[in-house]
Amino acid sequence: MNEWYVYLIVFATGGLICFLGQILIIKTKMTSARILVTFVLLGVVLEAFGIFDPISNFCKAGINVPIIGFGASLAKGAISAVKSNGILGIFTGGLTATAGGIAAAIFFAFIFGIIFRAKTKKL
Amino acid sequence: MKIRRQNQTVFFKNEPKIIGHYSIVGPKEGKGNLRKYFSEINKDDDLFGQKTYEKAERVMIERALDGAIKDSNLKYDDIRLVMAGDLLNQIISSSYAARSFDIPYVGVFGACSTMVEALALSACLVDGGHFDTIACATSSHFSTAERQFRFPLELGNQRPPTSQWTVTGAGSDIVSIKGSGPKILCATFGKVTDYGINDVNNMGAAMAPAAMNTLVTHFKDTNTSPKDYDLILTGDLGKLGSEILIDLMEDKGYKLGLNYKDCGQIIFKRNQDVLMGGSGCGCSATVFNSIIMKKLLSGEYKKVLFMATGALLSTTSSQQGDTVPGIAHAVVVEGVKNE
Amino acid sequence: MQEQERNKRYNAYVEAKIAKTHAWPSLFNSFWVGGLICTLGQLINDLILLWFPSVSTQSAWTYTLIILIFLASLLTGIGVFDKIGAFAGTGTIVPITGFSNSIASPALEFKNEGIIFGMCAKMFIIAGPVIVSGTVASMIVGLIYLFL
Repeated sequence: MNEWYVYLIVFATGGLICFLGQILIIKTKMTSARILVTFVLLGVVLEAFGIFDPISNFCKAGINVPIIGFGASLAKGAISAVKSNGILGIFTGGLTATAGGIAAAIFFAFIFGIIFRAKTKKL
Repeated sequence: MKIRRQNQTVFFKNEPKIIGHYSIVGPKEGKGNLRKYFSEINKDDDLFGQKTYEKAERVMIERALDGAIKDSNLKYDDIRLVMAGDLLNQIISSSYAARSFDIPYVGVFGACSTMVEALALSACLVDGGHFDTIACATSSHFSTAERQFRFPLELGNQRPPTSQWTVTGAGSDIVSIKGSGPKILCATFGKVTDYGINDVNNMGAAMAPAAMNTLVTHFKDTNTSPKDYDLILTGDLGKLGSEILIDLMEDKGYKLGLNYKDCGQIIFKRNQDVLMGGSGCGCSATVFNSIIMKKLLSGEYKKVLFMATGALLSTTSSQQGDTVPGIAHAVVVEGVKNE
Repeated sequence: MQEQERNKRYNAYVEAKIAKTHAWPSLFNSFWVGGLICTLGQLINDLILLWFPSVSTQSAWTYTLIILIFLASLLTGIGVFDKIGAFAGTGTIVPITGFSNSIASPALEFKNEGIIFGMCAKMFIIAGPVIVSGTVASMIVGLIYLFL
């Protein structure tokens, strides 16, 4: 497979998703928290209908790095855990699959929160 | 049933005067249009040597009060009352600053209109003979307002195009019956006015109707028109808000011309990325106590109508979907006559 | 009634009065910065697979996200992320970097109120809704799949 071709697709699709987010912000005056929630839910829905994997095979990081990928992992974890563990999987699946990302975000925020302090925006 | 008042303007007979003033600003304001006029600029530290921004805001009020008292050549014992307010919950900046003065204190809140509210109330108390000298002060700090009303400083979001930049600064005035200085002629107290704006990032539009309301009432009560003033100064309507005010006033038959200015628009330079301009209690307080007071003292301005507007919202009210009510108070200050 | 009418008219007037900002620069910036972050993610992912062939594809993605999260937290800490964000808009918000920034920025901001009630408690004021809605939605999906 041609490596550079893949990077081009990743750049274009990842950029496009962010582009759509920006349109949402401009059109609806959404705050960033709402944007994040919208895209996470989008990821969950895409995974639930089984559409995420084909897109992911094509876009790779283009859809996995955006928060849509986070939503998809939540749903994917829940689905596969339900298949192997039954009811318990509903509770354990989603967060288990995304534990790495959440724990990392919390851990690094904690560490850097201890080290640094918030600065006034300068311009 | 609503209680109606024909007359919202109080006229002062005993000539309360502004005998001392002081303004202190942070680094960004110190690079703005008015850098030559502020009494004190903290060029590189908007923490003012403190650990938190809230403590820094407190220090600004303390220094402003100190400076104004010195400027009036009075001693602390001569000040009968401190009247102060700010934007933070339970006006902590003012109250904590007043803690370090051995002077009776009243806290006032009118959001960004607090400076004029304090001036007007002080003038009433002084004129009525209850106090002979009152110190008023207000402050705002970008970093404390931002965290209280909006988002964490380091969050990577874009500021909406209609938003304004909270001024880091504090201003103080000494209002007295004795001494010499620009006289406060009258004060118009405004009504809370709400035209149903619920965009918290568009304060100018939310406050403009209140400004119009107070301004029209003021002109009617005093039998004057815009051209009777050397300067009509609004607090922090910003670019959009002042354009709206001009439109609204035109609908009421008053034409605001070149003598109309807005503190929020003049404090920063265009290239300082402040979008619609400055805002906050500190905006009107520092602009009035720098360039405007200088020009009143030199006699360049003979009659200034100073009206500050405030948006009376809290984060709770806006999260519950309430609209943003506005308020505006105005005072007329007469410049020192040169013989 | 009359007031409602007036407010409606005023809101429409204000809406028309707001100067139309040029949307294209912000859309363009969000596109290329977002694209670049995703490309960086792909690069990291490919390098991990190249250098550590024993790592599974799934784990490689998790490592990639953790590295991006680390970078975003660090940039937040040194006060650079908000500037990139102001420039790129959703270009930095929508990628996982935005999630990381939304946790790190309140952590820095509310440090002054103490570690427990400040930093730890306020860490999720923006990311909380994301985790809650995502978790609940994924559980609903799991529930549906249970009966399929």
